[in-house]
Amino acid sequence: MNEFVNPVEPFLRSDRMPHIWCPGCGIGTTVNCFARALIESKIDLESLALVSGIGCTGRVAGYVKLDSFHTTHGRAIPFATGLKLANPKLNVVVYSGDGDLSAIGGNHLIHAARRNIDLKVICVNNLIYAMTGGQTAPTTPDHAITSTNPYGVFEPAFNLPHLVEAAGAVYVARWTTFHVRQLARSMAEAFQKKGFSFIEVISPCPTLYQRRNKLGDGLDTMKYYKEKSKVRHGAPTSEVGLTMTGEIVVGKFVDRDRPDYQTMMRAQYSEALGPQFVEQPEMVCS
Amino acid sequence: MKADPRGVLTGVHFIDGDHACCEGALAAGARFAAGYPITPSTEIVERFAARVPTVGGTFIQMEDELAASITLQGAVWGGAKAFTVTSGPGFSLMMEHIGYAAMTETPCVFVDVQRGGPSTGLPTLPAQADMMQARWGSHGDYEIIALCPNSPQECFDLTIKAFNLAEEFRVPVMFMMDEVVGHMTEKVIIPAADQIEVVPRKHTHKPLEEYLPYSTNGDLVPEIAHAGEGYKFHITGLTHDERGYPNMTAEVQGKLVRRLQNKIRAGADRLAMYEEEQLDDADVVVVSYGITSRVAQRAIDLARERGLRVGKLRLITAWPFPEKKISELAAHVKAFVVPELNLGQMVHEVERAAAGQARTIPVPHAGGSVHKPEEILKVIVEASQ
Repeated sequence: MNEFVNPVEPFLRSDRMPHIWCPGCGIGTTVNCFARALIESKIDLESLALVSGIGCTGRVAGYVKLDSFHTTHGRAIPFATGLKLANPKLNVVVYSGDGDLSAIGGNHLIHAARRNIDLKVICVNNLIYAMTGGQTAPTTPDHAITSTNPYGVFEPAFNLPHLVEAAGAVYVARWTTFHVRQLARSMAEAFQKKGFSFIEVISPCPTLYQRRNKLGDGLDTMKYYKEKSKVRHGAPTSEVGLTMTGEIVVGKFVDRDRPDYQTMMRAQYSEALGPQFVEQPEMVCS
Repeated sequence: MKADPRGVLTGVHFIDGDHACCEGALAAGARFAAGYPITPSTEIVERFAARVPTVGGTFIQMEDELAASITLQGAVWGGAKAFTVTSGPGFSLMMEHIGYAAMTETPCVFVDVQRGGPSTGLPTLPAQADMMQARWGSHGDYEIIALCPNSPQECFDLTIKAFNLAEEFRVPVMFMMDEVVGHMTEKVIIPAADQIEVVPRKHTHKPLEEYLPYSTNGDLVPEIAHAGEGYKFHITGLTHDERGYPNMTAEVQGKLVRRLQNKIRAGADRLAMYEEEQLDDADVVVVSYGITSRVAQRAIDLARERGLRVGKLRLITAWPFPEKKISELAAHVKAFVVPELNLGQMVHEVERAAAGQARTIPVPHAGGSVHKPEEILKVIVEASQ
C-alpha cells in the first residue's frame, strides 16, 4: 500500500481536504513544491512554523501539518517576527499573497527586509486580489482589466524583487508555477540562508485574472509561463518588472550575506553592556 | 508560582507611573515587548528597552502600532509573556489585534496611557476617554478585562495583576492608565521576588496526539501550546472549532463566541476589584477611577466636612464592569456621582447597573486637565438634596 502514498501527504492536514482553491489555481502547486523542499532539506518539522495573512494564499497555513498561524490581513510578517524573536530556534516561514504582503502589509515587508529578520517569505503573486473577487492589486500589470479597474489598470505595479532587494533582503528569487523543480530547489536553498529571504511565485488565477483578461485557462497560462519565461540568474532586479503578456524573468536574483537582526542585536548588547548582558533564555513560561 | 528574581527590582523607589508599569511587567515575567513611540506612554518601553537585555529578553520597536500589536502575539505563541504600550491614536490602530487576541485567546497585555482625543488631540495632557474603546473598539462580540491604576504603586502592582489575569483567562488585558498617573512620581515599593505571585501560562500537558487547541474540558479556558513543541497546531482568526480549524457555521460561531464571552462573565464577581470607603451611611456615592479618583477624594472629604453623607467607590476593574456592586449600592443610596475625564462613558454603565433604583449624575470633563474638586463637590451637594 505504501507505494501509493503521496510523498507530500505527511505535510498536509488531509482531514481539511478538499481545499478551497479553484481549478487551475497555482497555490496548491506551490504548496506541493514547498513540501518537496522540506523533504529535500530534511528540516525538522517540529521546529518549523508557518505564518500566513489573509487571502487565497493566506489559507495555506490551514492546510499544512505544522505549527501554523493564520493571522490578520497584511500582518503575517510582524507576527512571524515576534515568533522568531521569542524562539530563535524556530524556522519561520511566511506564506502569503501579493496583496497581503505588498499592499496592506507593504510597510512590514520593507522593514522586515531592512532589519534582516531571519524569515523565509514565500509570496504567491497571482497579480490580483482573488479572494475578494479580482480587484486591482499593487502587482496588477498595466492595462489589465480588474473588477475595480474595469477600463484597465493605469497605475504602475510594484516590481517585488526590486523592492525587497532595495530594502535589504539577502535572498531574492522568482519562479512561476510552471517551474516546479526550480521553485522547490529555491525554497530549499532559502532554508540554508540566515536572514530575510523572499521568493516570488507567479501563479495563475484563472477565475478572475486570466478570465477577465481573456488569457485562457490554467493550461494556457502554463504554456505562457513556459514560452515567455526566461531564466536569468543574477539579473538586475530593476529589469525584472512584469507586463501582462510579455517576458517573465525568473531565477535567483540576489544571494548575499549580512548579519541577521538577532545576530546584530546580541553583538550590540554584548559590546555596550559587557558582562551585564544576559542572553535570552528559552522563553517557555509554563 | 513566585516571580523570577531576575526581573524584580526589589526596593523602595521614587519613580513615575510609566516606569512603575515597566517594572511591574518585568516582575510579572514579561520578557518581550513590541512598541511604537507615542506620548505619554513611551517611557514604559524606553525603560523596558534599557532593562530587558540585562534580564534576558527582547524589545523591538516596530514600524507602527499595527505591527507592534501583532508582533507581541507572535512572541506569545513562541513562549514569551509579552505586551505593548500606547496612547489613544496608537490604541485605535491596535484594535484589529485586540480582536485577534480575543479570538485566538492569546494571553497578553495592552497598556494605554490615555491622553485627550479624538484624533491627535492632546498628546501631553490627560483624559480617560478610551474606556469604551477598550471594551468595544474591535469588531464583533468579545470580552476583555480592563484595569485602572490611580498611582505609580498601583501601576506596578496592577501590571502584575494584568499579566496574571491575561494568563488565567487567556484574554488580552487592557491596562488603562492616564497621562497624570503615567507621569506622576511617587514612592513605589517593589517587594522581594518571593513575595510576588505570578500566574504561569495554562500550558497543556497532554500527549501530542490528544491535544486540541480549543478543547476546554468544560472550564471555558483552553490549554495552550507553543510553536516548536511538536503539537503542530493551527491558529486562526476565523471562526474555528476545537481543533482550531475554520468552520463557518452559525452553530460553531455561537459556541465559540458565547464561550469567549462567558469565560469572562463567569468570572466577573471574582474579577471585580474596587476600593470602598464610608459607604455604610452614604446617601451619595462618588464612583470614579484613575487620576479622577484622587480629585474625587478631595471632594468627598470637603463634603464630609459639611456633614454630607457621601462615600467612595473607586473602580480598579473597569471591565468586566462591577455591576453587582453598583446594583447592591443602588438599593440603599440616593444617587451616584460619576466624575470622569470624558463626556460620559463609564457613567452609562453605572446608570445601567443602578437600573433606576438611584439617580446617576455625570460630572463630565473633556480632558486636558483634571477636575477641580469643587466641580465634583457641587454635584455631590446637589445630589444630596
